[in-house]
Amino acid sequence: MIRFQHVHKRYANGRQALADLSFEVRAGEMVFLTGPSGAGKSTILKLIALIERPTRGEVRVAEQDTARIRRRGIARYRRRIGVVFQDHKLLEDRPVFDNVAMPLVIAGRPRREIDKLVRAALDQVGLLGRERDRPLELSAGEQQRVGIARAVVAKPPLLIADEPTGNLDPQLALEIMMLFKRFNDVGVTVLIATHDHHLIDAAGARRIELTAGHQAEA
Amino acid sequence: MSPGPYFERHAQTFVGALGRLARRPLASALIMGVIGIALALPLLLQLLVQNARALTSNGADAFELAVYLKPATEEAAARTLASQLRGRSDLAAVRLVTATQGLAEFREHSGFGAALDLLAANPLPHVLLLTPAENSRGSEALQRLQSQLKELPAVDDVQLDTAWVKRLQAMLDLLRQLVLSIGALLLAGVAVIVGSTIRFEVTSRRHEIEVMKLLGGSNAFARRPFLYSGLLYGLGGGLVCLTLVAVARYRLDPAVRALTATYGQDAGLIGLGFELSLAALAAAMALGWLGAWVAASWQIRHIDPT
Ligand SMILES: Nc1ncnc2c1ncn2[C@@H]1O[C@H](COP(=O)(O)OP(=O)(O)OP(=O)(O)O)[C@@H](O)[C@H]1O
Ligand SMILES: [Mg+2]
Repeated sequence: MIRFQHVHKRYANGRQALADLSFEVRAGEMVFLTGPSGAGKSTILKLIALIERPTRGEVRVAEQDTARIRRRGIARYRRRIGVVFQDHKLLEDRPVFDNVAMPLVIAGRPRREIDKLVRAALDQVGLLGRERDRPLELSAGEQQRVGIARAVVAKPPLLIADEPTGNLDPQLALEIMMLFKRFNDVGVTVLIATHDHHLIDAAGARRIELTAGHQAEA
Repeated sequence: MSPGPYFERHAQTFVGALGRLARRPLASALIMGVIGIALALPLLLQLLVQNARALTSNGADAFELAVYLKPATEEAAARTLASQLRGRSDLAAVRLVTATQGLAEFREHSGFGAALDLLAANPLPHVLLLTPAENSRGSEALQRLQSQLKELPAVDDVQLDTAWVKRLQAMLDLLRQLVLSIGALLLAGVAVIVGSTIRFEVTSRRHEIEVMKLLGGSNAFARRPFLYSGLLYGLGGGLVCLTLVAVARYRLDPAVRALTATYGQDAGLIGLGFELSLAALAAAMALGWLGAWVAASWQIRHIDPT
């Protein structure tokens, strides 16, 4: 599903975030990306979501060389990936419902279906009944869960998450991890960047360990 | 995709745009006011030209040759000449204004009544007002008629009264050209006003557009609400414009009536008419849409989420 081959990423300011990185995540797999802060975890997820482009090397997603996806194709490509952002990226002036519904509205789903799917997604992250609240009226952990609901609401075949449990207490973190596991069980490929070793152990999934843009010796 | 959700989505976007406009009533009203004024200017000029044309074309129908008889001519001789001229095929009508009638008319219109009483004798000559026949109104025919009339022994002078009509119509043509160019400029101005407003709105909603793009929204999707905003600015501006024109018409109407009365007509100001009003409204909306499209497309294409 995801394949990095000799990927280098150097940011405009000259900082080398990834150096000759190669790894693969097969379809239906659930994989953790770990490593210290600044190791390049977010950078990898941004390359997958086409927010950034590699300086060198090849990033393949769903059998597709992402270098071939030009500007006009990016929107369609992104609709097949659910992303949980490290900084949530919620619209603060819109209620929770509108935030979670956004991917469905973009996909042009009918209103009734949107209602149903949004409520189902909010139920899964334990926020049913909070549809009318605004993100700023929610705790950091609740905001994070809105972001998760939005990532999964359209049932994408690939889910990538950047520190999705960073602001959650252990109990809630575990529940969210089980949610990802359930998605994985129904065939969704899941890639999660996280520091949380407890969770990785609990989920019992494969992990890719990074240090300074390289894959650490396993 | 069935038409249901498609329509639903557009309706929702439209309502959203309406809501955003209503949330900043002063700013929205200002923009619509500027658009309205910009559109009203050429329309008012058009109204002026249209009415002046109507007036002068009535005048052209009535154009006349004034034949001044020699002061010594008797009234009876003048009557004889008038009936002779009525026999000519190139004249449609002949009207005699005797010196006495002329003085009475002058007294009535000029307000010099008392002063005129001091005159020992009537200084005015008899005048024959001739209306050429339909087929003799070409400039050559008129020249010929004029010189023939001048030959007559009782005739002092013949004045052809069409020069001013021609001059006025030439001026109106010029004015019409002016309306077109000013109109084109101001229409472009409307698109620019809407464009710059939309540019500002896109900038202030940059974060939202970034998030939309991250979630797979296309440029067209992100642009849609701004197109509706542009359309609404245009609609509002168009309505302001029609209101301004209607008010101007209402205020000017009595003056125009007074003016036409001096020509012996009773005509008020001709309005824009339904079609031109509708066209103005449609143009305003189209320009709003266009300005928004250009500005939003450009801006949104250059927003890249990080
Ligand atoms: N937009 C950017 N411009 C310049 N340098 C960047 C940018 N984003 C990240 N970097 C640099 O690239 C390196 C990797 O950053 P990245 O965000 O991928 O780390 P991370 O593993 O996600 O860290 P964390 O666990 O703190 O989120 C860091 O040294 C960072 O300073
Ligand atoms: Mg990170």
